[in-house]
Amino acid sequence: MAGNPLIGELTAAGPVLTDGAWGTELQARGLSAGETPDFWNLSHPDRVEQVARAYVTAGCRVVLTNTFRANRVALASHPDVERVAEVNRAGVEISRRAAGNEARVFASIGPSGKLLMMGDVDEATLRAAFAEQAQALAEGGADAIVVETMTDLAEAGIAVEAAKATGLPVVACMVFDSGKNRDRTMMGVTPTQASEELTRIGADAIGANCGTGIDDYIPICASLKAATELPIWIKPNAGIPELENGEVVYRTTPAEFAVKVPRLLEAGASFVGGCCGTNPSFIEAMRRELDG
Amino acid sequence: MERFERIYEAILKGDNGGAVEVAQEALDAGDNPQELIDRGMIPAMAEVGRRFEDEVYFVPELLLSARAMKGALALLRPLLAESGGERTGSVVVGTVQGDLHDIGKNLVAAMLEGAGFEVLDLGADVAPQQFVDAVKQHSAGLVGLSALLTVTMTSMKSIIDALEEAGLRDQVKVLVGGAPLSQEYADEIHADGYADNAAAAVRVAQELVAG
Repeated sequence: MAGNPLIGELTAAGPVLTDGAWGTELQARGLSAGETPDFWNLSHPDRVEQVARAYVTAGCRVVLTNTFRANRVALASHPDVERVAEVNRAGVEISRRAAGNEARVFASIGPSGKLLMMGDVDEATLRAAFAEQAQALAEGGADAIVVETMTDLAEAGIAVEAAKATGLPVVACMVFDSGKNRDRTMMGVTPTQASEELTRIGADAIGANCGTGIDDYIPICASLKAATELPIWIKPNAGIPELENGEVVYRTTPAEFAVKVPRLLEAGASFVGGCCGTNPSFIEAMRRELDG
Repeated sequence: MERFERIYEAILKGDNGGAVEVAQEALDAGDNPQELIDRGMIPAMAEVGRRFEDEVYFVPELLLSARAMKGALALLRPLLAESGGERTGSVVVGTVQGDLHDIGKNLVAAMLEGAGFEVLDLGADVAPQQFVDAVKQHSAGLVGLSALLTVTMTSMKSIIDALEEAGLRDQVKVLVGGAPLSQEYADEIHADGYADNAAAAVRVAQELVAG
């Protein structure tokens, strides 16, 4: 199969390093907990740009955007929900400024936070919300769109279709954190099911992010790879979160994380990065590992 | 197969149509609804909960079974009231102030309804006073608090304090849950119970209500 030209160009030169977590980096720059990070694209664009720049400086070739929650359903009760398109456009522009010629901007679309199955949201509403977000990300000048942290294949499918309608390449990932072996999504989806379905609906790369640590993602990556010819995208957490004095902590260090990267590549990953608990030091350590 | 076995199977499979059909048959035949519930429906939901905790069932199976249970109960309830049978009790649930995440809370609400509780769902981002007012108005014996964020879980303590100040703490048990919580945290804020998943929430709720 021919594959998407941009994805092909990026992966032809070997493994592609993506970025790490954003929320904790924004908190380190003053985002108060409970505040919606995405609105910082309008109120504190300089600080959001610092985060993107830190990842670009650390050596990533693909940087995401601070637009994970910026869909109308997730932000429904926010007083500034009508500025959702603006938030998305600004998010891409910020990452673009940080990326310069060093990195590509893959814009983030996260889940709605509502379950279709429970009837908390209907398909038409979801479709409209993701279409609005994807359109704004494309207008902002994104190179590609990443649909990430999805638990439900139906919702992932709606988001991927909305993203594809912009004509941009689309990466589709789900979060595997449930089941005895932490190899199912919350909705029970297996890597094989995810791989087959996301490939069928026309994603240009598929993968997994968040949920669990890099050790668990090695077999998940292999299962995803076995069921598709598309490139695989993997962004694990820095281990499984633990509670310490009421604070969530991730115990994996950058060195411990980076040393596992070759095994992730052997399992078939083309794009690697980090999710919760990771920071620019992880990306730097991974850069050194990849550059050998 | 007897009706209680058929309704057990229907609920376990999440077959709402099947469960409602058996319940209607039982009504038409003049069966004792309490027996259908005690021998078929409650054991089915207990098994659903067990499978969920064993991670054989996932959220979709849980929701379908809870829906089938609720559908059958809706038919049987009017007769229970006639025969003097009592509901398990009334529960107020909500996601605490500052927190908009409601998937976990909604799952717990669905499972509690499936277990026969009358559930009053206050939604997300609920202020302490709203919990106090709802507990007072509905004479709820149980309140379920949910939080996904480490920063919002601290407001669970404010809610418990507010119930105390309103003089309601003796009549209402407090059940807490959500990703950042733990039994230790629940003990620290003097909650009565903690559950780390929706099936466990039902078990703990039943224990708390039973005293």
